[in-house]
Amino acid sequence: MTGTDRPLKQVHLAAHFPGVNNTTVWSDPASGSQIDFTSFEQFASIAERGRFDYLFLAEGLRLREHKGRIHDLDVIGRPNTLAVLAAVAAVTEHIGLVGTLSATFNEPYELARQLQSLDLLSGGRAGWNVVTTSDAFHGENFRRGAFLDREDRYRRAAEFLEVAREIWDDWAEDAVVADQDSGRFLADDAIDLIDHHGPQFDVTGYGTLPRSRQRHPVIVQAGDSADGRDFAAAYAEVIFSRHSEFEAGRSFYGDVKSRLAAHGRRHDDLKILPAATFVLGDTRAAAEERAREVSLQQVSPQTAITFLEQVWGTDLSGYDPDGPLPDIEAHEDATITRGRVRHERDSVSVAQSWRALAEAENLSIRELVIRVSGRHSFIGTPSAVADEINHYVQNDASDGFVIVGHLTPGGLDDFVEKVVPELQERGVYRTEYAEDATLRDLLELPGPPDLRAPRRTSVA
Amino acid sequence: MTQPPIYLAVALDGAGWHPSAWREPDARSAEIFGGAYWRDLARTAENGGIDLLTIEDALGLQTPALGDIDPTVTNEVRGRLDAVLLASWLAPLTNRIGLVPTVTTTHTEPFHVSTAIATLDYASNGRAGLRAQVSGRSHEAAHFGRRSIPRLHPGRLDSAEGVAALNELFDEAADALEVVRRLWDSWQDDAVIRDQATGRFIDRDRLHYIDFTGEQFTVRGPSITPRPPQGQPLVTALAHQTIPYRLAGRQADIVYITPHDDAQVLSIAAEVRAAERFVGRRGTPLGVWADILVVLDDTPDAARRRLERLDDQHGTPLTSDALIFTGTPGGLVEQLLHWSALGIDGFRLRPAALPHDLQQIADRVVPLLTSSAALDRDRDATTLRSFLGFEPAPNRYTDEPLFGAAGERIAS
Repeated sequence: MTGTDRPLKQVHLAAHFPGVNNTTVWSDPASGSQIDFTSFEQFASIAERGRFDYLFLAEGLRLREHKGRIHDLDVIGRPNTLAVLAAVAAVTEHIGLVGTLSATFNEPYELARQLQSLDLLSGGRAGWNVVTTSDAFHGENFRRGAFLDREDRYRRAAEFLEVAREIWDDWAEDAVVADQDSGRFLADDAIDLIDHHGPQFDVTGYGTLPRSRQRHPVIVQAGDSADGRDFAAAYAEVIFSRHSEFEAGRSFYGDVKSRLAAHGRRHDDLKILPAATFVLGDTRAAAEERAREVSLQQVSPQTAITFLEQVWGTDLSGYDPDGPLPDIEAHEDATITRGRVRHERDSVSVAQSWRALAEAENLSIRELVIRVSGRHSFIGTPSAVADEINHYVQNDASDGFVIVGHLTPGGLDDFVEKVVPELQERGVYRTEYAEDATLRDLLELPGPPDLRAPRRTSVA
Repeated sequence: MTQPPIYLAVALDGAGWHPSAWREPDARSAEIFGGAYWRDLARTAENGGIDLLTIEDALGLQTPALGDIDPTVTNEVRGRLDAVLLASWLAPLTNRIGLVPTVTTTHTEPFHVSTAIATLDYASNGRAGLRAQVSGRSHEAAHFGRRSIPRLHPGRLDSAEGVAALNELFDEAADALEVVRRLWDSWQDDAVIRDQATGRFIDRDRLHYIDFTGEQFTVRGPSITPRPPQGQPLVTALAHQTIPYRLAGRQADIVYITPHDDAQVLSIAAEVRAAERFVGRRGTPLGVWADILVVLDDTPDAARRRLERLDDQHGTPLTSDALIFTGTPGGLVEQLLHWSALGIDGFRLRPAALPHDLQQIADRVVPLLTSSAALDRDRDATTLRSFLGFEPAPNRYTDEPLFGAAGERIAS
């Protein structure tokens, strides 16, 4: 398939717990609670049965607002990321647990300790998706408010990680002796003084925990800007990418991997996993039809109008979602929706391209929104979807995918029952977890360099 | 006269509250940084019929009392797992016991604290609480680098600077707990509507901005996490003097106090009630629970000998802010019944050594209390609040508020 002699790459899969945008369908009778712990337990158990590398949780720090009011059309509300992952750790054995946590609205000493606790409790299965929110809207819920300039976001995140790594490496490998006879709980010089002084943080003191089995949680990152890519090349071990189309994926993959050498890292030290949705059917046609049904659930008439308002920058509630696009022009209003990822392009040119598309294909507002937002990554029979995933991986458009289901908690059931066995048959996906594997092991990642100075005294 | 109910908590920390406990033959000292050890302790407590467990924590290594940190100490347990995450880990592994981790209010984000405890409440189906703790430790402030906290010496807490420093810390703690509680209420229980006709998942009129403004922070809200099963998880605090009693009076459901004799039981309880009046507490009065550090064996002599052995091993006698009870389970039960008759609602027992003293509480103390009818419980109760006899928590955004208006200060 690749035309080369290299061995088949293994596919890596992560399971995205359904989130709080319109990808997640709540109107379906099979849609359960996104808060009750049983949903997390069931979801994790399905993903673990599918031998996924990790469970992925996004984070919310403020409820989204649209036109100055809390957005009410999509699922909203989440548990606390760290607390729910710690609970999931207790009811799972193998699967990695990756949480999205802000480097802006946390402090390194506390967050590093929490992640280390999760890593110890889970036997080395923790990961951290580092995000760098900085807007005043989110800041209103936190002590520091909106104190960070946009260009300082990655500077803070980088320094945050430097401090966190010092904390994770603060205790020596063999720090805990717990020798009841001699009465030594800790070895001599077991704990180093951390004394960090930088533009973002002043942290002096000692860590509170021994090293976990994988020493550092796995670092995940999702930034796409040039700064974000550089940050990823320097620090990230997994990129949660948005480039799920083949050619765009290949170009992103090549670009980011080429930046690794400058940071002394190897090609395989960073895995690239784009987000991917899927719809399965017994035939291609059945899958297409099902995909259409899911899209209609995802884009309700009200959701279609809201989408358009985000681009048009104005109230469009008087327009018929089944009618043509508004005859008025769009204008930029960055504040109409707050608390969500925004389009990189400016609204006016997005509106122009949408209008052109609607006219060319004679689409209503709702049909247009489905066309531009409701695209499913993989549609087809389980065998075809497995082939497509494998094609991406063997041709370096990705190292695997973060699979996003559209139902809580059963959204991955079909994928696990039908697609995973196909991948296993192709020899590109694990059939069992290795005994005692850490998340780092599952992702085939090297251990991070040890920041701790060599011990002054050695154990004789 | 009928015996009033006696509620029972066990305070878990490391290998127990004696600094040499980790050297006991049955101690699992090498395992205290892993989950299995804590699961076994929690199940022992739960199977023994104990109402709730607390987990000690701090934002730094253990130190003696208010003393300085000393990384060269190698003969005591050092290091702790994050208590909130440990409690979350225990939630799906237990069924009935209340889970009450320590939460530092000084450097942490009230928003994160609120969602974490709400999540603990979901994961445990309504068994969550917290033990609020301020950090007056300069070495912990240095972990955050945002402000310096002057060293507080126990002997100088009554000085003008001592009182000012305490007031600042406890006012901030009251603000943090106010935010935590408002955020819990910021979603009405019926906020999620899933209304197909209008396409609305939520009725946004049932969500509330909390708009808290205090000296140290402002928080807009609403929470990201829906109102937890208990509505208001249990808030508890350990307190030793007037300023902390006032914090408890304003924001807690239960205060742990540390009397050493009958006279102190009465005088501290009176101080707590005075603090409640001072802060204008309305609604349910504080539950007043006494902390006792326990060394328990079959005979008083055996208990004394074990304590001596532990003390010798460590080189210094055990000291504690709480009463140290050294004796038999029967003797302890007499003490508990006696203090219960003086008005104490519950007890937080600190086992000197784990698992030994916890096992003694579970296997011996609880059955003796049960036979005195002191542990009669509402068998239909499913949440920690209801188990402890608290009414369902009203929502401040739809019902009459329980506590004083925002901005009331603890200090006069």
